[in-house]
Amino acid sequence: MLEFQKVVFQYDSEDFNIINGLSFQIEKGEFVSVIGPSGCGKSTIFRLVGQLLTRKAGEILVGGERIDGRRGYCGYMPQRDLLFPWRTVRDNLCLPMEVRGDVSRAEMDRRAEETLAHVGLSGWGDKRPDELSGGMRQRAAFARTLLTGSELLLLDEPFSALDFLTRITMQEWLLGQWENDHKTVLFITHDVEEAIFLSGRVLVVEETPICRLASFEVPAPYPRTRACLTEPRMLALRERLIGMLRREAAV
Amino acid sequence: MKRWNANLPALVLLFALLLVWQLGATGMDAAYILPSPTQILVRMWELREPLLTAHLPATLLCTGIGLAISVVLGLLLAVLMDASPVAEKMLYPLIVASQTIPTTALAPLFVLWFGYTIWSKVLVTVLITFFPIAITVFDGFRSVKTDMMDMLQTFGAGQREIFLKLKLPAALPYFFSAIKMAIPLSIIGAAIGEWLGAQAGLGYFSRRMMTQLDGAGVFAPIVLLSAVAMLAVAAVSWIEKRVITWRGSL
Repeated sequence: MLEFQKVVFQYDSEDFNIINGLSFQIEKGEFVSVIGPSGCGKSTIFRLVGQLLTRKAGEILVGGERIDGRRGYCGYMPQRDLLFPWRTVRDNLCLPMEVRGDVSRAEMDRRAEETLAHVGLSGWGDKRPDELSGGMRQRAAFARTLLTGSELLLLDEPFSALDFLTRITMQEWLLGQWENDHKTVLFITHDVEEAIFLSGRVLVVEETPICRLASFEVPAPYPRTRACLTEPRMLALRERLIGMLRREAAV
Repeated sequence: MKRWNANLPALVLLFALLLVWQLGATGMDAAYILPSPTQILVRMWELREPLLTAHLPATLLCTGIGLAISVVLGLLLAVLMDASPVAEKMLYPLIVASQTIPTTALAPLFVLWFGYTIWSKVLVTVLITFFPIAITVFDGFRSVKTDMMDMLQTFGAGQREIFLKLKLPAALPYFFSAIKMAIPLSIIGAAIGEWLGAQAGLGYFSRRMMTQLDGAGVFAPIVLLSAVAMLAVAAVSWIEKRVITWRGSL
């Protein structure tokens, strides 16, 4: 679904390639997390996929085709919900469809309403974003991401700003969503436990500049519950990943 | 009741100041230079006919035209500077520099250029008011968070959509602030213009009273002017409250 082929990228303000010949691949329907300490370049990978940054060399393919010149092939969900405060929740959900401009107003409203129900926000369409709780806002933001209609979802630490209880509730909720519609998800986080709980595979940024991502299969079948986190194999993986991150942070 | 309480300290101070003024003016007993508040009110009542039928409409017309031109000009400049970095580099310093020119000193020239017509006054008004509108609305466009723009871009939005769907609504609160700043300035601008050369208007009327050493008559149009400005700002605030329900939550 997503493939990096020897991608090179350098920020203008830096004199080295922060991403240096990176290759990796994510299959359709996979849930993959990318973990690494803050500032390691995780988000740069996302911004390259979304063409918010232009790579120096290499190829990025989504669905087998080069991304250059294409639009709307991925749904991006940022850390903050970024709901527009002057729009109702429903109109916020319509935003990606408005930008694409390929469906009628009535159809937009219908799809928005349907997706609101899908994320458990039926009846909240007419509210303003500031009338929603933090968790509800993130669900609305996720619904907006779904309505881009893309098969590939890029979730950039979407729950990091939430309080602990809301965060674990949202993790379970997201897992349920994914187990239902099996979109391809690339999920950035710095929370090892979150990565293990959600993903089938975890990619670790071991070093900056990023030349490769270490890949770890998560040894637990879906559907999952939080109880799987206490299994010895999961605990071992967790400790191993934490060890890797700690080593890198120390460097 | 709550509102009344909130305004109470200001009202108390205002009343106290007026009282000091009243006592001072009565003590001084020189109404031709310092009339008391009550004398001004009485004079306003006596002059209500020319003030309200001839001079207030003249000033409001000048203010209205000037403000309208400023809004169009200010928005145009703001949009242009936002759309093109080259335009910003060219225009921004000039716009700021234009504010260092003492408009009041130039105003007599405008009278020479345009005569006693309304346009000399309109020009003063525009020169004073286009600046806060252009700069404030431009700041409003700039206030837009880059991650919101990024998000729209990943949806496939181009510059035009980003402007219409994000920057324009985001700048609306700034636009209202700009208008609230521009209203009092526009009235001051019109009054200055009228002071320097006019056949009607509150500024002109105030000056005429000055030559007649009618102190209360000088103050009467000034009080009327500031009352009109306050009313206009209140009206804009009222509209703003209804249009902008999200201020501060961006």
